[in-house]
Amino acid sequence: MSEMADTGQIDVHAAKINVFKMQDMIFHKVTLLFALIVLAGLVGILISLAIEAGPTLKNFGLAFLWRNVWSVPDDQYGALIAIYGTLVTSILALLIAIPVSFGIALFLTETCPTWLRRPLGTAIELLAGVPSIIYGIWGLFIFAPLFAEYVQPYLQKSFGDVPVLGHLFSGPPIGVGILAASIVLSLMVIPFVASVMRDVFETVPPVLKESAYGVGCTTWEVVWNIVLPYTRVGVVGGIMLGLGRALGETMAVTFVIGNANRITGSLFSPGNSIASVLANEFGEADPGLHISSLFALGLVLFLITFIVLAISRWLIHRGTRKQGI
Amino acid sequence: MQLYTRRRIINRLGIGLSMLAMAFGLAALMWILWTLFSKGFAAFGWDFFVHDTPAPGTAGGGLRNAIVGSMMILGVTTLVSTPIGILAGIYLAEYGDTSKFAATTRFVTDIMLSAPSIVIGLFVYALMVTTFGGFSGWAGSVALSLIAIPVVVRTTENMLRLVPSTLREAAFAVGAPRWKVSLSVTLRAVKAGVVTGVLLAIARVTGETAPLLFTALNNQFFSTNMSQPMGNLPVVIFQFAMSPYDNWVQLAWGGALLIALLVLGINVGARILFRQKDKI
Repeated sequence: MSEMADTGQIDVHAAKINVFKMQDMIFHKVTLLFALIVLAGLVGILISLAIEAGPTLKNFGLAFLWRNVWSVPDDQYGALIAIYGTLVTSILALLIAIPVSFGIALFLTETCPTWLRRPLGTAIELLAGVPSIIYGIWGLFIFAPLFAEYVQPYLQKSFGDVPVLGHLFSGPPIGVGILAASIVLSLMVIPFVASVMRDVFETVPPVLKESAYGVGCTTWEVVWNIVLPYTRVGVVGGIMLGLGRALGETMAVTFVIGNANRITGSLFSPGNSIASVLANEFGEADPGLHISSLFALGLVLFLITFIVLAISRWLIHRGTRKQGI
Repeated sequence: MQLYTRRRIINRLGIGLSMLAMAFGLAALMWILWTLFSKGFAAFGWDFFVHDTPAPGTAGGGLRNAIVGSMMILGVTTLVSTPIGILAGIYLAEYGDTSKFAATTRFVTDIMLSAPSIVIGLFVYALMVTTFGGFSGWAGSVALSLIAIPVVVRTTENMLRLVPSTLREAAFAVGAPRWKVSLSVTLRAVKAGVVTGVLLAIARVTGETAPLLFTALNNQFFSTNMSQPMGNLPVVIFQFAMSPYDNWVQLAWGGALLIALLVLGINVGARILFRQKDKI
């Protein structure tokens, strides 16, 4: 009797374990499927952009990348103007943002009173979340007019006669343009870069810093000779992350760059970045070469940011792994 | 002595400059927020919430259609991206320790976190707008989901990795199957963190303009039909701010303030939620 019951119970258990195994397998496959969706997103983006950009690449070949023309009436397109605008605004923005972010991160990790550390850190993080369109609309209505009235004439008066700088600051001071876009963009990336830098600065083992303080280093020397060399890789990664953001930023740039398809070499003149060309023209683009060229621009932008972000991820990863020393 | 003075001066200079940087950063950002609040509040009022966007040249008007459209697009985005993001995050945390596939997915997720959002708009345009014959609210939701999913995946995975493995092992030891351990033990242990991730993802996409430009487009009229072009706050702000009409520009400021308040509110809420979890 009891034997019967036992085997019956074992059977029930065995059946249950089989059910569990089945469910586990299904669970594994379902989660795998969703992970695949994420992966498929990226591959899909690359493929669809490449397909849509096909006609342009067939028509102009690789020369599309360095053709200095963008004319809808003549149906002639090249990426140089937009690539130039994208790179110049992003690099200028970083030139402003790097020292400021470094100062903010230094202040937050070394000299800030403890009770202020948390609220200020949170404020910087919250500001990193402010939508970029707000920077754009502020840049257009508030910053650009003030910039045209006070800063641009001053720059022209001071540097107008210096050979190279004079050319950079030539042209009518109308506010909107490459330089204004760079400044607005830098304000947008400062919170990003500052919070990454603060995070990597905090990975420095206190022992290292305390030893340096112990032998009599000043705060500046500790930061310059201990913290910065230790976190170098992570800091560069944070900067690259900021660069990735700046390159693909649409709204903060589109409002203030002026949207003109030409390269003058002056920082005051209006220009165009890849993202701003897309935002302005894509909605009303004619089917055919025009829309295909816009897709090609998108592909170029995606590839540039992909490379920058891949490098940044690799560096940040290496930078934070050192924590275990 | 001279060496000491020099070192002290350099130190003072460095620290002084860093404080200046902090002051500059905060001042610039406060300036932006202050402008936003003063200009935005001027636009707020009864009309702002109950009237639709005005036709060119007509006075008054509000943003009702854009607010409702944004809410619907964001709602669908949340419904789509939350399950996909959480399940993909579970895969990476529970099954993805060693596999090449998981490493690749993690890499791609990191890239997508900062990928230019306008390119995602282009992709969804090619994927949905051209194939289904027109701009639609659905397309807008898909574009925003593609941006939100990586945020959810990353936070879910990071949170699950914080669960001590003893907790998992204890559940395995009493005979719980893997899926039950994942869903009722580890995921439940980090519930607050995962909800934080979802909130941060929503905050991230709330202000996204670029991916909606060529997907949801805009609609001047009130519409709750997701398969038609749909009014939404970011695109309305973009179009109205660039327009020559004063009342449009004012509405744009109001919309910008509304979005900023929403994003800041969600961010603060997520932080409070996450901190409460710390205390327990």
